[in-house]
Amino acid sequence: MTNTTFSYAPAPESVRPVLKPSYGLFIGGKFVEPRSGKSFKTINPATEETIATVADAGAEDVARAVAAARKAFPAWAKTKPAERAKIMFRIARRIQERSRELAVLETMNGGKPIKESRDEDLPLVVQHFFHHAGWCDKLPYAFAGAMPKPVGVCGQIIPWNFPLMMAAWKLAPAIACGNTCVLKPAETTPMTALMLAEIMQECGLPDGVVNIVTGGPDAGRAITALAGAKNGVDKIAFTGSTEVGKAIAKAVAGTGTKLTLELGGKSPNIVFADAALDQAVEGVVSGIWFNQGHVCCAGSRLFVEESIHDDFLARLTRRMQQLRVGDPLDKNTDVGAINSKAQLETIQRFVKAGSDEGAQKFEVACDLPKKGFWCKPCIFTGVQPSHTIAREEIFGPVLSVMTFRTPEEAVQRANNTTYGLSAGVWTEKAARALEMSNRLSAGVVWLNTFNRFDASAPFGGYRESGFGREGGRQGLSSYVKLGGGR
Amino acid sequence: MSPTKNTAKSARVEVAKTLKLYMNGAFPRSESGRTIPVKDAKGRVVAHASHASRKDLRDAVEAANAAQPKWAAATAYNRGQVIYRIAEMLEARRAEFVSLIQQIEGRSKADATREVDHAIDRCVCFAGWTDKIASVLGGKQPVAGPYFVFTMPEATGTVAVVVPDEQPLLAMVTLLLPVISAGNAAIVIAPMTNAPLAVALGEALATSDVPGGVINILTGMRAELCPWIASHRDIAAVCGAQLAAADAKALELGAAENLKRVCLFHDAPKFDDDAFWHSPFAIAPFVELKTVWHPSAL
Repeated sequence: MTNTTFSYAPAPESVRPVLKPSYGLFIGGKFVEPRSGKSFKTINPATEETIATVADAGAEDVARAVAAARKAFPAWAKTKPAERAKIMFRIARRIQERSRELAVLETMNGGKPIKESRDEDLPLVVQHFFHHAGWCDKLPYAFAGAMPKPVGVCGQIIPWNFPLMMAAWKLAPAIACGNTCVLKPAETTPMTALMLAEIMQECGLPDGVVNIVTGGPDAGRAITALAGAKNGVDKIAFTGSTEVGKAIAKAVAGTGTKLTLELGGKSPNIVFADAALDQAVEGVVSGIWFNQGHVCCAGSRLFVEESIHDDFLARLTRRMQQLRVGDPLDKNTDVGAINSKAQLETIQRFVKAGSDEGAQKFEVACDLPKKGFWCKPCIFTGVQPSHTIAREEIFGPVLSVMTFRTPEEAVQRANNTTYGLSAGVWTEKAARALEMSNRLSAGVVWLNTFNRFDASAPFGGYRESGFGREGGRQGLSSYVKLGGGR
Repeated sequence: MSPTKNTAKSARVEVAKTLKLYMNGAFPRSESGRTIPVKDAKGRVVAHASHASRKDLRDAVEAANAAQPKWAAATAYNRGQVIYRIAEMLEARRAEFVSLIQQIEGRSKADATREVDHAIDRCVCFAGWTDKIASVLGGKQPVAGPYFVFTMPEATGTVAVVVPDEQPLLAMVTLLLPVISAGNAAIVIAPMTNAPLAVALGEALATSDVPGGVINILTGMRAELCPWIASHRDIAAVCGAQLAAADAKALELGAAENLKRVCLFHDAPKFDDDAFWHSPFAIAPFVELKTVWHPSAL
């Protein structure tokens, strides 16, 4: 049943970023050739075309970046906070000026719809720099009586789902607090971080304050290997899978290195019978299909009150059919390309497990492009709590639907996971919404909304979704050392 | 019987205290049946402390997890009064604590008194923190959109409190108070420099209004218990300070298994430093911050 009523004419975004054919590592304020002598091609997952060749950092390159950050640290930490702020404000403004170009590049490299990179990612990136710029000279008020000091050199490892946004979430608070950074973008999405490096340089950020090393897991391991070493890394911040987060926690154990982890999730989205159902449908849709479901806080477990299950599923499946899947650069696209072949295979394994274990699959009927990596948005009904797709993070456009009868049961089932990143609740009863927010074990609770982010609102997990917060005054504590009153 | 002049024969035999664990509001012996000799400052064995085992730890975790939700759900005002009651109970036993520090550690009366008074005063400080943590660590967030957004601290769960040897009473109280004031339950691994002091603290707590199971005190060997603390999946966080490198590493390695929060106060000043240890940032590692969003519209 394709396009029985309407079809949309293509509306491709026409701006194209100006790119170099190859990029080195950004160390000490310059793009340098990697000593590893290695590089890799970074592609557009929607077309499988090469975007550029990017350096693949080895351990020696990482050590060089850390040394550059170490060298830059004393002067940056001593720079008058109001002057640090001015450089950061300038960066925020420049990103704003170049945001269309960055949004297109983000979409080309990551596969997410231009609608999202333009309207969600980039505005949040800018806001993050602007918000944290303002903190630079106000830290003593944020930690009254505790004399905050910078931690030192921060090793920061980020994922591929929100490449530039994650870079901003990591870099902005770190440099605002007077730290220097070595950032490793994800292997599949290095491009926007490299463009950000150019912007920061252009805005007068001193050499070595931010260093960017592109590469794969080995480059990440080279960073954590320097945790606590002499002239090494004083702080590790990681966003990514719980599995890797645990490995990092082990690598860092006993080194005295400050650590924050923002990890996976299996977040519940709970719909009560008294909810505004059409709004709830929209929330469930954005909860799981935003960014192809490549969202750590995705609402991947839907709990519907039993009495409205059939009605809600009918509304949801009808709405699902309206999702436009395809060219991420098309301004009408709702669901873009899966970020990589490897991730597509992971998602396909989970989808197969869903069917094999006895759940019923419903997927959007649509044509998929011939090239690139694609997955039709799908939902599973008849899911049991023991099913793989109800327990494990899929990181794809796959929703598991379950039911509940009482609020207590909803809480119990929602909390029955080792994760605790986010939770959604849909109800028109204010008292119930607030008490649900009290009882759900999650770092972020969205009541009658979902997937909302802001530079002033702390984000981060409970339990095995990690520790530490990003955003707001609370997020700053990841990047300061607090002293006593001596 | 009439009194006799033979003082050597007539000297009253002191009733020695059996030193037990404090768990779930009761005083059990170690299930292992093991004890550790307690020596005084001159090296004489004066008592035997229970030698807590892995099983004792597991029992304590069970008790703590059972008690914690109710403690967290109590009003902050109520928790404040309960902690103030701890100060009252410690004050009443002030002389006992001072004499134990003198006897077991061989420290002067003035030195011992200073530590005990500091510990009591710190309880009073934290009695006042319970209903202020949320306003200092949380708040309403000025987001760029039509949403009402607030961030609030919540208890993490059950916290293992691994206490170092120096100034044992002040150390126990200092590391324990931030944990319980936020609504967590605690399992204290007592410093064995003064096991009778840890037991006396348990007895004071038992007569305060702290619900059974919220605070549990185990006397035992840190090096033996740390790996089990680290790998126990129902412990949510670990609090410690001034620990040996091996103990710290064991705790952090095992904690990675279920991503426990580990705060070992690496760079912290000594326990005498009020500016540091009375600060809400000593509590912050043992709370989770929850941010709640709701659309705002007429």
